[in-house]
Amino acid sequence: MSKSLVYLDHAATTPMRPDAVEAMLPFLTQTYANPSGSHRFAREARRAIDEARDVVAGVIGCLPGEVVFNGGGTEGDNTAIRGAIERRAGVVVCSAAEHHAVLHCVEHEKGHVVGVDSAGVIDLADLERVLRTVSNVSNVSVVSVMAVNNETGAITDMRAVSRLVRSLAPGALLHTDAVQAACWLDLRTIWPLVDAMALSAHKFGGPKGVGVLAVRAGSDVAPLILGGGQERDRRSGTHNVAGIVALARALESTDRERAAECARVEALRETLVARLMSVGGVHRTIPADRAVPGVAHVCIADVESEALLYLLDEGGVCASAASACASGAMEPSHVLAAMGVDRGLAQGALRLSLGHTTTESDVDEAATVVTSAIERIRSATKGR
Amino acid sequence: MKVLVAMSGGVDSSVAAALLLEQGHQVVGVTMRLWGGESDTGCCSVSDVDDARRVAQQLGIDHLVFNFTDDFHRHVVDPYVADHARGITPNPCIECNRHLKFDRLLERADVLGFDAVATGHHARIENIDGVWRLLRGADDAKDQSYVIHMLDQDALSRTLLPVGTLTKVEVRAHATRLGLRTATKPDSQDVCFITSTKSPDGATGRSSFLRRRIELHAADVVDDAGEHIGRVDAVELVTLGQRRGVAGGGGNKRFVVDVDVPQRRVVVGPESLLLVDRELGSSPTWTHGPVDGRVWVQCSAHGEPRAGSIRTNGVDGNQVDVVWDEPQRRVSPGQSLVFYDRDGGWVVGGATTASLTTSAIR
Repeated sequence: MSKSLVYLDHAATTPMRPDAVEAMLPFLTQTYANPSGSHRFAREARRAIDEARDVVAGVIGCLPGEVVFNGGGTEGDNTAIRGAIERRAGVVVCSAAEHHAVLHCVEHEKGHVVGVDSAGVIDLADLERVLRTVSNVSNVSVVSVMAVNNETGAITDMRAVSRLVRSLAPGALLHTDAVQAACWLDLRTIWPLVDAMALSAHKFGGPKGVGVLAVRAGSDVAPLILGGGQERDRRSGTHNVAGIVALARALESTDRERAAECARVEALRETLVARLMSVGGVHRTIPADRAVPGVAHVCIADVESEALLYLLDEGGVCASAASACASGAMEPSHVLAAMGVDRGLAQGALRLSLGHTTTESDVDEAATVVTSAIERIRSATKGR
Repeated sequence: MKVLVAMSGGVDSSVAAALLLEQGHQVVGVTMRLWGGESDTGCCSVSDVDDARRVAQQLGIDHLVFNFTDDFHRHVVDPYVADHARGITPNPCIECNRHLKFDRLLERADVLGFDAVATGHHARIENIDGVWRLLRGADDAKDQSYVIHMLDQDALSRTLLPVGTLTKVEVRAHATRLGLRTATKPDSQDVCFITSTKSPDGATGRSSFLRRRIELHAADVVDDAGEHIGRVDAVELVTLGQRRGVAGGGGNKRFVVDVDVPQRRVVVGPESLLLVDRELGSSPTWTHGPVDGRVWVQCSAHGEPRAGSIRTNGVDGNQVDVVWDEPQRRVSPGQSLVFYDRDGGWVVGGATTASLTTSAIR
C-alpha cells in the first residue's frame, strides 16, 4: 500500500494482523499436510486446528465442540438458517437490515422480515408482533438478527431480542450474524443469548475465506456441504489449516486488545464525525453510543455517493457507501431504506470504517479530503 | 484532456478508450448500470461489465461503474411502456442517449472534473468555422448520428467520438491489434432491456415485457373500406406501416394504415393510404439553434434520407412542420425525425413524430 493512501474501509476488510500472518505461514510452507491424514505430519496439522478451536471457543465463551470452522460469514449465515430449517419445520424470521447473506436466505425460504427502527436495529415491537402472529398459525424455526449492522455499525440489543424469542418462540433457533461485532463487542456477552453465531476472519485481522459458525451443543443444524465429514460432519471439505490458525491468532489478539482499541478508535471516530458535520448538511446516521466505534456513517445532503467515492478515491481515501451488486455498481442501501431514511438523502450515504491500523493522521487526512469533495460536488451541481 | 469514456463492454467503446489513451489523454472508463431487470442480453448485463472492466485493466486505465438505474427507469423504461399503452412506438435508445449517456453522464463528468465524455458511437464531431458540427460516421452502414442527434453546442463541445472516423472493420482491426477481448464480440442489436429470445409460448420479448406492465388489448383488423378481416392479440404492439402479422392476407401489398387504440381497431390498406405530403414533429432539439429550410430527413436508425423542408412553429417553436419534396410513407408516431444539412451533411436537429391520427395529416 502506498504511503499516501488512507484506508477507511475496515468494515469491508481489515488488514491482516502481522501476528496472524506469521502464525499461518508455516502451514503454507512446512506443515502442509492434510489434517485428516493418519501420519505424524497430519497429526501436527490436526493439532494446530484443535488448538485454534480451543482459542476460538475461549473468545466466544462456548465449548470447543461448538466451534465449526468454515469458509466465512456468508457460509455461516447460510448454514445456520438453511441447515436449521432442514431439521425443523416452520417460518424463518429476520430483520430488514440484515446482511444479504441472511436476507436472501430468508427471502428464499419465504420467511418474515421484521422492520427496523430509526436507530437502525430490529424493531422489538414489530418482532414481538411477528413472533406472536407466526406462532398462532405455525412454528418459528429460525430467528436471525445481526449483532452489529455492517453498513451503519448500529448495535442490536441482543438481550432484548433473545428474551422475546425465548418467551414467544421457545423452539426457534436464534442465530446472530456477529461478523461486524467481533472487533468491538465482547462475544462472551452475546453467546449465552443465542444458539448460533457467525464470524468471518477477514473482519478482525485474519485472512479471507475462513470463518466460524458456533452452534450450541444440542442444536440440530444440518450441514450445507456434504463430503468427507470434517468438523464432525457439520462442514465437509479439507480444513484450511493456515486460515484457521490465522483466524484463531487474530481473534485472540483482537479480544485481548479490544477494550483499549475501542477507546482509541472511538475517539478517532468522534473527531472524524465532528469534522464532517462541520460542513453542514451532513447527518449522522446512528448516535455515537448506539454504534460500534469503528464505523462513521453519515448521509450527506445534495451529494451522490458515487460521485463522492470517486473524488475520495482520487484523493487517496478508500471508503464505501452501501453494498455493491455483481456488476460493481452501488445499490441503494436496503438498510437506510428500512430505517426510513429519505431516498434522496440515502443516495449521499458514506461509510468510513476504522480499524486497528487507523491513525490520527488518517482521520485528519480523510476529513480534509471528504469535506473538500463535498464542497466541490455541491458547488458543481449548484443551480442544476 | 481528462476524458471519461462510456464503456459498454462492446468493441466500439473498447477501441474508443484505447485510441484516446494512444492520443495521450488521461482516460477513465465507466460502465453505466442502467437496468437491473430480467433481461441479461443488453448493454448493462454483468458479463458486459466484466468485458468493459477487463478491457480497462488491459489498457491500464481505471474503470468505474455508475448506477443510473433510477434515471433509466424514469426517462426510458416508464415512457417506453406509457407510449405503447397509447399506441406509440418509441425509440428507447434515443431517449437513453438523450437522458443517460449524455445528459446524466456529462453532468457527472463535470462534477468529477473531467474535460470531456467519450463514447463508441459511429459519428463525428468537428468544429467548422467556430460551430460544433455533428457529422455522419465514416462507416455509412454503421452511422449512428441519427441516435445522438439531440446533442447541442454545449454537449458537442464536451463530447469525443474516437471511432467515428473509422469503419467497423478498422475498429475490429484495432481491437485485434491491441488483443482486446471484445475484438470479435457481436454488435448489440435490440432494445437492451428486452430479451431477444421468444418465450416458450412464442411471445416476443417486447410482448412479454409489456404484458407484465400494462394491459394489452385484442383488436379488430379492418380494411380501408371498413370490412372486418381479422383480429390481433394486442393493438398496442401494432405499428403504423407494419406489413407482417396483421390478418387478412394480401401479402406484402397491405400495410397498417391506422392504429386506433381507444377504439381497438387496426386499419390495413394499400401503400397509397400511407403516403403523405407532410409530417409533424414535436419537441425539436437543435445542434446550433433552430433551422428553417431544405434538409434531408432521416426517419429511422438506418433509413434512407428523404428530401424535404422544415419550418418551426407552435408555441415557443415546439413543433416542426416537415414538407416532403415527394409524397412519403407516414412515419410511425414516436419515431425520431432527424434533419441533416443539404450541403454540409451535418445534423441540424431532430424531433419526434407526434401525430396520432391519419386525418390530422391528410
